[in-house]
Amino acid sequence: MKAQRMLRHGVILGTFCLGFGIVLAISDSITVDDIAARALEDRLNSLSEVIPASIHDNNLVTDAITMKNERDKEITVYRATKGGKVTGIAYEIFGSGYAGQMKLMMGLDTQGKILGVRVLAHKETAGLGDKMEVKKSDWILRFTDLSLGNPPPDKWKVKKDGGQFDQFTGATITPRGIIDAIRSGLELFAANKEQMMDIAADQAPMKEAH
Amino acid sequence: MTTPYKTIVRDGLWENNGVLAMLLGLCPAMAMTTSATNALGMGLATAVVMAASSMLVGMFRSRITQEVRIPVFILVIASMVTLVDLFMNAWMHELYKVLGMFIPLIVSNCLPLARLESFAGKNPTLPALVDGLFMGLGFTIALTLIGAVREIVGVGTLFADASLLFGPAFKFMEMRLLPTDTGILMMVLPPGGFLVLGLLVVAKRMLDVRAGKAIQMGGAHSAA
Repeated sequence: MKAQRMLRHGVILGTFCLGFGIVLAISDSITVDDIAARALEDRLNSLSEVIPASIHDNNLVTDAITMKNERDKEITVYRATKGGKVTGIAYEIFGSGYAGQMKLMMGLDTQGKILGVRVLAHKETAGLGDKMEVKKSDWILRFTDLSLGNPPPDKWKVKKDGGQFDQFTGATITPRGIIDAIRSGLELFAANKEQMMDIAADQAPMKEAH
Repeated sequence: MTTPYKTIVRDGLWENNGVLAMLLGLCPAMAMTTSATNALGMGLATAVVMAASSMLVGMFRSRITQEVRIPVFILVIASMVTLVDLFMNAWMHELYKVLGMFIPLIVSNCLPLARLESFAGKNPTLPALVDGLFMGLGFTIALTLIGAVREIVGVGTLFADASLLFGPAFKFMEMRLLPTDTGILMMVLPPGGFLVLGLLVVAKRMLDVRAGKAIQMGGAHSAA
């Protein structure tokens, strides 16, 4: 009797698992293409904000290589080309904020001048640390056109630390993290310029390394 | 016997409010109430999941035996959360980008499970659906209240960025009540959340006492 009851419970639980499993599998197969399309759109949108459409005629998302950044983390480097010549690159940079890591996308021209920086993801306090989002404040736009020599390296800091950038009201740690991220992103470019802009080294050889 | 829908609605929204009376679901209630807009979004997403899972459990209640009910309930909630997550990501992507990070958190909320256990598992489909929906809406109201108080005192705004979350039509909700930089930072940090919740619980009890009712205790539920 006891074994029979256990079997019955097992069958009930199993049936529910199977039923919901099937429902989830069907929903996943219905939505998987749409979700992938949305993710691609998001990526293109964030890239188009840091690389002006006028300087490239290629598909930024597909024309990309992967490489290791200064912290040995794998990043994707997107290349903008026009008429077969590299006109700019964009890649993700990372900064530590008040509440964990912040992910940013930075676009540079071939001289290492910043075309644009945008925050992709962060966990900063809403209403305080989120003023680096372009939809909430234009703070992040001030980095456009700057480069590693402009301002000089020791001025790539918030004013509180003796640098030249304003912190925003109520938060110093967030802007400090972003400025550090941008500076080390620029240094990464300076050190790996050839590799990052080498158009001959297309996707394949880079992927073999992993 | 007619189903006492009026009582179910009253219980969900006020008398037995998930957060303010039963003190359930405190994890999202603390984490997601740094602004009224976030709180409202989290509340609505939870309400959808609660209504759907309560309805399903009400429907299948005769098939679910006592011994395996808890795993089945958890299965139902987790499946509903995953469905909402998938559908919103695919078809309501703008909203998903703002709410997306809250949705998996609904699984960690013990309020849906508590309602399945104490109500939906024992009642027919329709009352279960109504209970899930109004408990969810009560949760939304409580969260939005906490969020509003924290946002006003902490940052001086109310429903900031509501138009980003719900669309430009909701621009009218965005308000600045205090001048910039007058906020008390602590209120948007975790201690502020507990402080506001405590004060709101007191306020609710005081209102109940003034209304001459016996104070309804949360019962044997324990908060997780």
